[in-house]
Amino acid sequence: MNSQNRNRLRGLSVHLALMTGVVISVFPFYWIVVMATNTSQDIYSYPPKLWFGDNLLTNIQHLFDRMDFFGSMFNTLIVAVCTTLLVLFFDSLAAFAFAKYDFPAKKFLFGLLLSMYILPTQLAIIPQYEIMVQLGWLGTLKALIVPAAANAFGIFWMRQYTTSSVPDELLDAARIEGAGFIRLYWHVVLPCVRPALAFLGIYTFIAAWNDYILPLVMLVNPDHLTLQVALAQLYAGHSTDYSMVMSGVLLSVIPLVLVFTFFARGFIADATKGALR
Amino acid sequence: MSSSPVAGPAPTGPTPGSDAGPTDRPTPGRRRGPGRHGRRVRPVSAGTPRGPRRRTGRYWPQYLAISPYYVLFSVFMLFPVLYTVYLAFQKWDGIGDMQFVGFQQFRFLWDDPVFWLSVRNTLVIWVLSTVPMLFLALVLAVLVNSTRRFTALYRVALFIPSITSLVAIAIFFGAIFSNNFGLINAILRSLHVSAVPWMSNEWTIKLVIAALMTWQWTGYNAIIYLAGLQAIPSELYEAAKMDGARPVRIFFSITIPLLRPIILFTVVISTVTGLQSFTEPQVLFGSEAATNPNSGGPGQAGLTTLLYFYHQAFDNNDFGYGAAIVWAFFLVILLIVLINWRLVQRKERRP
Repeated sequence: MNSQNRNRLRGLSVHLALMTGVVISVFPFYWIVVMATNTSQDIYSYPPKLWFGDNLLTNIQHLFDRMDFFGSMFNTLIVAVCTTLLVLFFDSLAAFAFAKYDFPAKKFLFGLLLSMYILPTQLAIIPQYEIMVQLGWLGTLKALIVPAAANAFGIFWMRQYTTSSVPDELLDAARIEGAGFIRLYWHVVLPCVRPALAFLGIYTFIAAWNDYILPLVMLVNPDHLTLQVALAQLYAGHSTDYSMVMSGVLLSVIPLVLVFTFFARGFIADATKGALR
Repeated sequence: MSSSPVAGPAPTGPTPGSDAGPTDRPTPGRRRGPGRHGRRVRPVSAGTPRGPRRRTGRYWPQYLAISPYYVLFSVFMLFPVLYTVYLAFQKWDGIGDMQFVGFQQFRFLWDDPVFWLSVRNTLVIWVLSTVPMLFLALVLAVLVNSTRRFTALYRVALFIPSITSLVAIAIFFGAIFSNNFGLINAILRSLHVSAVPWMSNEWTIKLVIAALMTWQWTGYNAIIYLAGLQAIPSELYEAAKMDGARPVRIFFSITIPLLRPIILFTVVISTVTGLQSFTEPQVLFGSEAATNPNSGGPGQAGLTTLLYFYHQAFDNNDFGYGAAIVWAFFLVILLIVLINWRLVQRKERRP
């Protein structure tokens, strides 16, 4: 009896501690909504308002007066979608070659890919900037999309998955039918690796959507920014009009959090696998 | 690619524009697209015996398939990284002519108090964030692992911060830690504690940045630890329990040693990302221009090395000095990672 009670008490305190963690994790989202739906005066007042207000539409109107929100969001969307599609295609194609073929220098090339993974982007960013100047891409979205169109992590991730889940018998059968590399890729490999592509796609999309330093350096035209850079500039210029700035933060964060929550369970499992390999 | 049905083993052929040449045999009547790739690729699957005299020519589809990454990597990463080394020995504003200056940039760097201040800031912020982050992550992981209820909720809620935009979160932290109108100071006042000037004190600025990083990455690390904990066979725990080991003893004698490779991984990752903090101070104190003596916040307390690098390179257009800063800092990061590695490894050898 006593030990049962003690166990229950322990279970309760575990959940209490974990719930505290959950509250801390999601509190910013709650508070962003509170700030975005009240007026700045409400936030300044003491004690501050702790519950949602009804000023969201006015705040959004002010936001639209001060920044080209949809323009920036559209730019971000183009960058994220293009990068994601290119990464999915190039990475899975390269992964197929690495997973299912033997070719000279394969080991060396794959080792190179893994070892170069650690180079931080900042080491390359000055010459990258200069290359974009030379190509005439500075200030355009190409400067963000093209360098990110294929990456080592994605190839590594897709190769693991392709090796284990594309049956060799299926490939051999298709080969007897006369399918070549591209047709094998399109008709055999792609259908098999869809789950891995889903993770890589969401991951790439989120990373591209949230990227800050590269757009900050490359997008030199203040009328042509991505959402993150535009929001940071809005905050720098109007740091005291919280409710207006927060309505922008809210609009930029909510779509991503919704997408993530929808796919969350599989995504987290894959993210752990990807990290631990 | 089109999907026209193909009968029989497909031989194939050199098509116009295909310079893969000798290994391609012609097939009349094939459409160009599939024909180019329809050649019977020698195969391939991982177990195929290796012929020593295979010509690389027949592998062109594979080389073509992996080439996008290597082309992009060479142009936008490898060449720039090497060129940054070259730039560190030049004086260049990005427009005029370069002027070779030897080690002068590095000598200047060595004597530049702001550079060393930025390194110190970065290290302090890194320690203030990484230590509580990894400790809390381990605690959370053990707690989630000890229960069966609500685990899906816990995992999602803990993971969400790591996919949230850093800019958005920096703005949020700027708002709640604001000296006059922030939520934190409002709470302090309601508890009759005097308000803290979070955004103007040398230490609280670092604390705010560290808190931001801790909030963002604790849950992610907890999820990683959780995966490691779940991989530990439960028989080990049961055996220890039978031997009468107490929970604390079990934790330090079984859990921690078996988790060590994963702890090493998280230490390395949080070192590399933690030392590269840039967005946090840039967004929080971004309105301070590069020429402003307060760039990086009052007293430059939030000036991290990468922020300093960014100011030198892209606000002052001092590309040579920027290159020197970023290379010197990369070596510092490498050194710290190696030290961390050795520390965690050495503990492993201890019985």
